[in-house]
Formats: sequence, C-alpha cells, structure tokens
Amino acid sequence: MADAVVSDVKTPAVGRRVGRRSVSRHRSIVGFLFALPLIAVIAGLVVYPAGYAIHLATLNKSMQHFVGFDNFRFLFKRNTFWMVVEQSCLFAVTAVIFKAVVGFVVAHFVHNIPQKGQRKWRGMLLVPWVIPPAMSTLAWLWLFDPSYSAFNWVFAHLGIPQVAWLGNAYWARFCVILVNVWVGSPFFMIMYLAALKSVPEQLHEAAAIDGANWLQKIWYINLPMMRNIIQITALFSLIVTFANFDIVKILTNGGPVDQTHVFGTWAFTLAIWGNDIPLGASVSLFMAPILAVAAFFILRNVRKRGNEA
Amino acid sequence: MATVTTAAEIGGSARRALRYGSISRGRRRALYWSYFFLVLFVVFFLTPPLYMLVTSLKSSAEIGAVTNPWWVYHPTLDNYAALLGDRQFLTFFKNSAVVSVCVVSVTMVIAVLAAFSLARMGFWGSATLATGVFLTYLIPDTLLFIPLFKIFAWVHDVTGIEFINHWWILIFLYPTLTVPFCTWIMIGYFASIPKELDEAALIDGASYFQVLTRIFIPVALPGIIAATIFAFTVSWANFLYPLAFTTSADQLVLPAGIVTTLIKGDVFNWGQIMTGALLGAAPPLIIYAFLMDYYISGLTAGATKG
Repeated sequence: MADAVVSDVKTPAVGRRVGRRSVSRHRSIVGFLFALPLIAVIAGLVVYPAGYAIHLATLNKSMQHFVGFDNFRFLFKRNTFWMVVEQSCLFAVTAVIFKAVVGFVVAHFVHNIPQKGQRKWRGMLLVPWVIPPAMSTLAWLWLFDPSYSAFNWVFAHLGIPQVAWLGNAYWARFCVILVNVWVGSPFFMIMYLAALKSVPEQLHEAAAIDGANWLQKIWYINLPMMRNIIQITALFSLIVTFANFDIVKILTNGGPVDQTHVFGTWAFTLAIWGNDIPLGASVSLFMAPILAVAAFFILRNVRKRGNEA
Repeated sequence: MATVTTAAEIGGSARRALRYGSISRGRRRALYWSYFFLVLFVVFFLTPPLYMLVTSLKSSAEIGAVTNPWWVYHPTLDNYAALLGDRQFLTFFKNSAVVSVCVVSVTMVIAVLAAFSLARMGFWGSATLATGVFLTYLIPDTLLFIPLFKIFAWVHDVTGIEFINHWWILIFLYPTLTVPFCTWIMIGYFASIPKELDEAALIDGASYFQVLTRIFIPVALPGIIAATIFAFTVSWANFLYPLAFTTSADQLVLPAGIVTTLIKGDVFNWGQIMTGALLGAAPPLIIYAFLMDYYISGLTAGATKG
C-alpha cells in the first residue's frame, strides 16, 4: 500500500517526462511527414540530377562507356570554349555592375520624390521585371532588326551613322548586356528602395546639420546602411545572370560566330542540337564553381542578418 | 565688445537664414532633377513593351513601309484577330494555363506544408534542410535540364511512359524552380508568427494540421499570395524547359510556342510576333497590376527574410 502510494506520487513526474518525450517525438515525426514532399522534390528533381550531371560528364558521346576527364580535355583544347568562358564572365560581371548602378540610382530618385507619388513610379519602373524575358527579348530583337531597326531610324534622323546591332560581335555583346540590364535593374531598384526606407531619417538630418552634401550622405550613410542588401542582391543576380539562357538564345543565339554564347546557351546547343549530352553536361558544370562561391557568401550574409535581427 | 558680439550674432543668423533658404531651394532643385531622370528611366524601361503594342497594331504592309516605325498611321486589330482565331495559338495558351495552374497548386501544397514543418515543428536535420532548400533555389535550370532530359529518357526505357514531347512533363519540371523559393519565403513568413498563437491552440487540443489550416494559413495569407504570384510568374515565363523537352507544335506552351512557330526561317511576321508576345506577357502583367504590393513583398522577402 505504502509502495503503491509512493509509486502513485512518483508516476506523475515520470509520466510527464515520458509524455513530453513522446509529444516531441510525435511532433518531429509529423514534421518530417509534412516536409516529405519537399524532400522528394529536392532529392529527385534537383540534387539527384545535379549529381547525375557529373556522372554524365564522364561518359563518351554515345553514353556507353566511361572516359574520365576526356570531355574536359577536349573542351580545354577548343577555342570556342575559352571564348564562352570569357563571354560568360564578361557578360555576368558587366551586367550585374550596371544593374546594381542603375538600380541604386533609380531607387534614390524614387526615394527622393514625395511619398504619395512613389507607388505610381515604382509600378511603372518594375514592368520590365514582370514581362516574361522571352517575350520582352522578342521586342528588343525587333528593335535591333537589321533592316527595320527603330533605333537606326532615330539615328538616321539625328545624323548618327547606322549600327549593325546584332551583326557585329562587339555590338551584339553590348545588346545582350543592355537587354539583361533592362530586365534586371528593376529588381535591384525594388530591393534598394526597400533598404533605403529602412535607413533612419535622423541620420540624414544629423549629417545635414553637420553640413554634409548629398554625395556625402549617400557615401557615408546610405551605402554602409545598405551594404548587406547590396551584397545579397548582387550575388543573387550574379548567379541568375551567369546562368542566363532566354536573352542570349533569342537575341543572338550565340552568334555572330559563337561570339555571344554563354554557358547555358552553348550547353543547349551541344546537348540538344548537337546530340552530345555528355559534352553539354560538362559545359554546364562550369557554372557550378561560381554558384558555389556566390552561395557561400550569400549564406554568410543571410546568417549574419539573422543574428543581427 | 558687446556690439561686436551682436554684429557677429546678426551675421551668423543672417547666414543661417540664407543657408535655410538654399537648403529648401536645393531640395526643390533635387526634386526636379529626380523627376527629370525618373522620366528618362521610365522611357528606357517602357520603350520595348510600348513598341510591342505599336507594332501589334500595324499591318504587314505598314511594317514593311519606310515610315516612322514609332507611330501607327492605320491602326488595325487584324493581328489580334488572326492569333486569337488560330487554333494553334489557343493551344499554346491552354497548355500554358493548365501547366501554370497545376504547378502553382502542387508548389503551394508542398511549400506550405514543408515551411510549416521547418519553421515550427523541427525534426532531426530540419535546420540543415532549410539551408539546403535555399541552396537548391540557387541551382539554375541551365544546369539541370541536361541530366533531367536523360533521366526522363531513362524512365521511358524502364516504364514505357513517354514523358518527353508532352506538355504535361512541365508539371514535373517547373517545381524544381518554384518549390525551393516558395518554401524559403514561406519559412520567413511563418517564422514571424508569434509562437504563443500555436502554443495556445495546441494546449486547447488542436492537431498540427489544424494549427496550420486555422492559424498559420490565414495569418500568413499575404505571404501565400506573394508566393503564389511568384510560382505563377515563373511557370508562365520559363523558356528553357519547354524548348528542350517539347517540340511538336501541339505540345508547346506560350513563350516557346511563339518563338518557334511564329519565326519561320528567315520570314519574320513581326506584327504577329509582337501581338503574340504582348498576349503572352498579358497574364503576368494583369496580375501585377492588381496585386502589385504582394508581388513586391514577395520579391523583397526572398532575400531579406532569413
């Protein structure tokens, strides 16, 4: 009886501990079940294919036997490959820099005007980001048309010599970057505008009292306060731009003579048109290192932000 | 001595008054310059869509004529009538719509369930998985389409089901682009809901599923709308997957269909191409026009919610 009483006294405590453990186990099992579809999609459609790409890159053209690094050795010997590397880097870096600068400048102009009108301007300025890039690039292709270019029509009336927009390698590179900046800078504008709104107004007032001019305010207040967003946005955009496909594919399709190919379009040409899937996979894998580096820095920034908040 | 100080004071206050005047004048000038440059940038940003509209209203004869390309002298809706009466074009539209609606539904179910689990419930390795979700969002379609092509060819060899060159293969492909990002922003929205809410509901005997449907989904509705818009925009706009995986004219979706069927060799029917491009851009633009604030909050949440 006494034992029973003692055990009766003890059981609630034990029971509670067991209960809590089983609750937490139940919780994690349900949690895992909820996340299961996500795990399936990520494992089956992203992680496995990404790993499989590495395997594919080591096969011969008919995909029957293993050739090790032969595909890469073959690529390193081709001039086109080095041209693609150069063009991809030039394209991505230049486009991201211009997108960031345009986005930064436009964000400041929007921030400068009275609050009331900002929504309207922001709405118009974001339109290039909303239109599917494949569709808007068609409009650019038509603007650059060799015989009916609307830009050349304006140039003719201003007495400026005609430009072979997509026929000349240098102009074609310029056009591809221009269209990319056009598509991407609204995104930077929105991100930077959000960051600008979070800069406390008192800082600007204090700086104004100390006699700072607008350039000093931007350089010593806005830039440091926005640094994190500037970095994250630029890295995001670097990844997307490096992996760009739509714009180059429609605007130049890599031409003239492969001068504007980037990794994505060249891999497509080799794998789907050239029917050499392993070689295409090898080319597309060259995007991985830059992705990894950018991802590392983004994660570090995101974590830092998380700790600050 | 006293007079000197007053003179200095007077001089100082006069100078200050002058400075105030110059600040407000400077502000007004900055405002004018801001408007001036904003107009320039709006012109740059809106030129291509407006040029699409201008060209879509022209007849082929007018496009070929040597007139001002920026103006329509004889507006006509023939291009719209031709495309909207074309069964092939309507097939593209239908394929795009069905694919987008399916992808959005599948994505949102997967993303909301997973985000709830990752933001609130947690299990062994859930933190790593959350980081992994973010990393997979960074893997682009240009890296995935080649192995995926091979995998679907292999599935065909094993099961006999032909995936390639059917529009519905896109329902399997687009989640690779939409699920990671939508999960990521939903984690951010869910994490911002106070813990007391779901704890109170659990104590009152609600199941986790009830907590999700009765509390989290209603409270995070703006986030869900933003993620839905994102998923729709991505699946409507993707160009690489349909170009690589579908070839027959009746299996194409809108962007790929317009580019591959309206551009026939060297003959460019620009009036119809621009009309098609404008019609293809219309659904995202209409959604954006009505839900701009959700669109923008989804955009900024992706990089700022951590």
